[in-house]
Amino acid sequence: CPLVAAAAAMGALSLGWFALCLGVAVAVDRGNFKTCEQSAFCKRQRAMKAGQSPYRALLDTLELSDSRVTLQLINDNNKVHLLLELYRLQGNMTRVKINELKPLKPRFEVPDVLIADPPTEPLSVVSRDENGVVLSLGDEARRLIVSAQPFRLDIVEGPQVLLSLNSRGLLAFEHLRPRKDTEDDNQPGLWEETFKSHTDSKPNGPTSISLDFSLPGVEHVYGIPEHADNLKLKSTDGGDPYRLYNLDVFQYELYNPMALYGAVPVLLSHNAQRTMGIFWFNAAETWVDISSNTAGKTVFGKMLDYVQGASETPQTDIRWISESGIIDVFIMLGPKPADVFTQYASLTGTQSFPPLSALAYHQCRWNYNDQEDVRAVNQGFDEHDIPCDFIWLDIEHTDGKRYFTWDPSKFPKPLEMLQDLTDKRRKMVAIVDPHIKVDSGYKIHSELRSKNLYVKNKDGADYEGWCWPGNAGYPDFIRPDTRAWWASMFAYDQYEGSTENLYTWNDMNEPSVFNGPEVTMHKDAVHGAWEHRDLHNLYGFYVQMATAEGLIQRSEGKERPFVLTRAFFAGSQRYGAVWTGDNAAEWDHLKISIPMCLNLNLVGISFCGADVGGFFKSPSTELLVRWYQAGAYQPFFRAHAHMDTPRREPWLFGPENTALIREAILQRYALLPYWYQLFYHAYLTGQPIMRPLWVEYPGDASTFAMDDQYLLGRDLLVHPVTEEGARGITAYLPGQGEVWYDVHTFQKHNGAQNLYIPVTISSIPVFQHGGSIIPKKLRIRRSSSCMENDPYTFIVALSPQRTAEGELYIDDGHTFSYRTEKKFIHRRLTFANNTLTSRSDALFHFTLEISSE
Amino acid sequence: MQHNVNWLQALLVLSLSVTLGWTVEVQRPRGVPLTKRQFYDEAKPFTCLDGSRTIPFDRVNDDYCDCKDGSDEPGTAACPNGSFHCTNAGYRPTFIPSSRINDGICDCCDGTDEYNSGASCQNTCKELGRKEREALQKLAEITKEGFLLKQQLIEEAKKGQQEKQSRLSELQDSRKGHEDKVEALRTVKETAEQPEKEAKERHLKAWEEHKAALRLEKEKAKMAEVFLELDDNADGFVDVSELQTHQELDPDGDGTLTDTEAQGLLGGAHKVDSTEFMNMWSNMKEKYVSEVCPPTPSSDLDKDPDSVYPEDDLDEDAAGEDDEDDDDDDDRDDDDDKVISPLQVLEKLSVCERERWCLLCNAALLPFSFRALEKEISFDFGPSSEFAYLYSQCYELTTNEYIYRLCPFNRVSQKPKYGGSETSLGSWGSWSGPEDNKYSVMKYEHGMGCWQGPNRSTTVKLTCGKETAVVSTSEPSRCEYLMEFTTPAVCLEPPNIDTQVHDEF
Repeated sequence: CPLVAAAAAMGALSLGWFALCLGVAVAVDRGNFKTCEQSAFCKRQRAMKAGQSPYRALLDTLELSDSRVTLQLINDNNKVHLLLELYRLQGNMTRVKINELKPLKPRFEVPDVLIADPPTEPLSVVSRDENGVVLSLGDEARRLIVSAQPFRLDIVEGPQVLLSLNSRGLLAFEHLRPRKDTEDDNQPGLWEETFKSHTDSKPNGPTSISLDFSLPGVEHVYGIPEHADNLKLKSTDGGDPYRLYNLDVFQYELYNPMALYGAVPVLLSHNAQRTMGIFWFNAAETWVDISSNTAGKTVFGKMLDYVQGASETPQTDIRWISESGIIDVFIMLGPKPADVFTQYASLTGTQSFPPLSALAYHQCRWNYNDQEDVRAVNQGFDEHDIPCDFIWLDIEHTDGKRYFTWDPSKFPKPLEMLQDLTDKRRKMVAIVDPHIKVDSGYKIHSELRSKNLYVKNKDGADYEGWCWPGNAGYPDFIRPDTRAWWASMFAYDQYEGSTENLYTWNDMNEPSVFNGPEVTMHKDAVHGAWEHRDLHNLYGFYVQMATAEGLIQRSEGKERPFVLTRAFFAGSQRYGAVWTGDNAAEWDHLKISIPMCLNLNLVGISFCGADVGGFFKSPSTELLVRWYQAGAYQPFFRAHAHMDTPRREPWLFGPENTALIREAILQRYALLPYWYQLFYHAYLTGQPIMRPLWVEYPGDASTFAMDDQYLLGRDLLVHPVTEEGARGITAYLPGQGEVWYDVHTFQKHNGAQNLYIPVTISSIPVFQHGGSIIPKKLRIRRSSSCMENDPYTFIVALSPQRTAEGELYIDDGHTFSYRTEKKFIHRRLTFANNTLTSRSDALFHFTLEISSE
Repeated sequence: MQHNVNWLQALLVLSLSVTLGWTVEVQRPRGVPLTKRQFYDEAKPFTCLDGSRTIPFDRVNDDYCDCKDGSDEPGTAACPNGSFHCTNAGYRPTFIPSSRINDGICDCCDGTDEYNSGASCQNTCKELGRKEREALQKLAEITKEGFLLKQQLIEEAKKGQQEKQSRLSELQDSRKGHEDKVEALRTVKETAEQPEKEAKERHLKAWEEHKAALRLEKEKAKMAEVFLELDDNADGFVDVSELQTHQELDPDGDGTLTDTEAQGLLGGAHKVDSTEFMNMWSNMKEKYVSEVCPPTPSSDLDKDPDSVYPEDDLDEDAAGEDDEDDDDDDDRDDDDDKVISPLQVLEKLSVCERERWCLLCNAALLPFSFRALEKEISFDFGPSSEFAYLYSQCYELTTNEYIYRLCPFNRVSQKPKYGGSETSLGSWGSWSGPEDNKYSVMKYEHGMGCWQGPNRSTTVKLTCGKETAVVSTSEPSRCEYLMEFTTPAVCLEPPNIDTQVHDEF
């Protein structure tokens, strides 16, 4: 849900504040959000230019243990000592930690995001002299070089520098200090900062950190979602850095580096030889500067350099700036894209394996008005013979925005409503937001208050802010006891009117605070020993974690949860799905959904989607149809709409458009076995589901910036039509010597070519890779559950060598028994010599009658 | 004996099968309707119904789709475009998409679609049939009665239509005549006014004095009258509560005459006698509206000592009394040869009379009523004007939060139940039912605007009913309202044959 539409709902409560917003409803009000210049630490850090670093490594402090090397750094300007820790991690990763040697008090280190202490491998000193130490990172001549003065780190492989740290001397660590009333100390922004009407008391003073990374030979970097921008990150020279600070941005603009709802501080670099990743493990407000020595050059300029031999090596420089915490960086050395995904997954875990039905079609709207409305929509799908698995309820279903309750007049009998859905083997999602109405008669609130589980304000009282219900408190999800309590609220006897086919949607969990600075929580709010400043970007992660845990617990650990979240952080993939928030019914928003989800997929969050049709405004029929066609091929497939827009259930646009939308949804259902198998793989291995082409064709430079088409797994190439009035599209089919088949016509096309395809309004250009076998279910029924016993159809697309491979994964579709009892079937399929064979890919104890046709 | 029992059992089974309609089931493959039975002959190869292919008969319903049109799999879910026939004995036979066969959900009331899914389906056809018959019967009754009412409505509308039409043409005829008359009158008036003006100047002073005395006299009389009128309990005092029956006296105009305000009007006293009231009267007389209007203005005027100039405004007053009696007015206008200055008349008139006069002052009234009539006639009240009776009526429905008001051919509005201002949900737009049933839906458009959204609009769905009433309202989409409205005007002529549910046997 968006922020300002609150005006309608809450006008009476806080008229003055909303009046401001009402005037600027057209697009994002940039004035509500900080630029780097307006963020004191960013401004301070960015004012520092590249040059000689004041930091020096004290080599004589070097200590080597089995798992790590420690070493002190000194800032020659202020003589503050830092402690550097270097780890060689299993799976070709290096971890670099820098903290104050003796901080006045502990600095925040991110908990709960890593799935375990990353296993280490021994480091050894290869050589050392007065200028530095060379450490071995394994066999392949991979070395970590520590230079003493100025301090820098280089990771090399043979003669090649893979990456350097502090090579531009931008390491800056603001140590904790007592406040002195010196002139320096009274600089604005150090001990207090004001933005608009909000003053941030900064009891700890300046605490920011910064470090630069150089990537020689790299021209393409990706990741650091969430931004409404292209897949390939752009140079930030002359503009603002990419910002990572979870914010509820009303009517966000496209193609800019402004912060959005979620943050994953992971950046991937790629060139034809190597893919690497940098995981900046910090949950505070973070800014990322990117510059490239080739960014400004035209293709012609680059060619000229090449011909003249005058070219400097292309290089991309990255600089991370965070407001607090410590420097803690995981460097994932690849070398292949798949290796980086594996490496990152070994740190933060893999995509949760959702119930199969969550991969089907979701019908949402703010709001389905009452039970009768839900009944009619449910029936509408049957009347128009369109499959649907989930109907969603937004905030209006609650009793006065008190989550876990139902509006007594509009939804008087939720159990009856849920039974109606069960009767059609459909399910429901109801929203549960983390802001809790301050109302002593509301159980959730009074328990939070009596158990003292709310976030506190700087003065120690319960933090309160405005959100949908009016005055609201925010549970301190950072505390394990808060999360345990929250999870217990999903028990069937606590959450009245809930049943096992009711799942959950966590919105507004940035957290959104309508009257807070930048529409979020005050940074000086208090979570136990920590300030909100230290962990802001973790809040939404924890909300989803606790909710998913609640759904698991209510079934006594048997059923897989399904939870959608708007805010997220590294590791959020473990708890469910993410959507790109409050987009708009515009063609550019349809286009941007692809790179936004691709970047999320690159950093582990595969279960991504955008509101089909666009949330704000009303789509043209053509846009709506095209969005269904595109959405059918994105991992999370949900139509959603703002309450002020006209209704847009699939059958409201005449029989022809109903048929087009039905066809798009049918294609989704037919491919559910493939989707399910992709999610199983994502869960097992951490490989993304939606992949930029370069992931599978890392040497093909023409794919590096491509973000209007993508691969689903390895074997389907999707190029949705995202242009108004399109008569044709040009798809790039990769792979020299490979072939691709149009999935609709089975027409064969050679790889490594740009293929022009004429399109009509019914076209969804999708190609199957020659050499692959894709499982489908061709009996499309009203929900995925209805299809569970149906036969599979294998689409065998032959390679030029007339062979093909694929697999089939089957389990019960909703419980954890696939992992607790290994109840599944996983067959590897091979087609060769005109024969299709299958063999077991793993132990299986799952029996199911299957036939194939 | 043994033999007899078996025979009885067999009979029993047979009769059961008959009631459930199973006897026909065995004669055709699963999912085939009776009408297509002849295409499915076990003895012959099967030709797809679109003629595209012929296959051995054992491939019919073998759970594999052979025919493009799905006709080889009438009883399985194998074909994406197939359909399954539910016999539904006792209820209505129907086709369902073959994707609903064995999907675990009972779609056919006879449960025949779920023969292999594990779903246990009850046969609910009889119950449904019974319910439907009941509903149909009820509907038929409503339709019948509604249709009778509709005939009356049509009759009335026809009469009304004729009346209006004739009045319109009369008006058209008389308008010209009226304009001529007005012109003539103006000339007469101007001529008459000349000597009057001179006389007036001569006697002005004396006249003014005389008039003031008369006016005081009249004022006193009036006041006494008012006092009696106000003194509801006839105790010789006017008190606060008695005064409060006259909200028009409210000094601050907020619509409520509070205790304090009323007391203020009574000079701070809680009640006053007639002498005291005389002093207070000047505070009220401007606003006071008499509780009774004199039945015939003429008598009042006659008694008035101020009527120095006998004036004949009776006809005009009469006209004001009922502006629809235009014809009569015109007649009297013909006799009217005395003219009075309108100002003079006004001065002498009571409040009620003034109002009447003003109505008449609007000489424009004639063109107005002419236009209103023209407008009314121009509305599309349905093929037989059966909707005409809704014109200038309003219907309300009260829900939890709001009072909804539908004034057909005019507007729809919503008002919060517990105070607050009315919101327009649209003004009459057009009939907008589907082409074959245009008069089933009304559309009201251009209501109050919504934030970031469209202007409010309302769709009114009309269904047959004996009563004319708004039966439900909803807002399916933000600012787009839906009302269900019952009226006999949409009741269709009930078919003469008995409505019976058709059982397939």
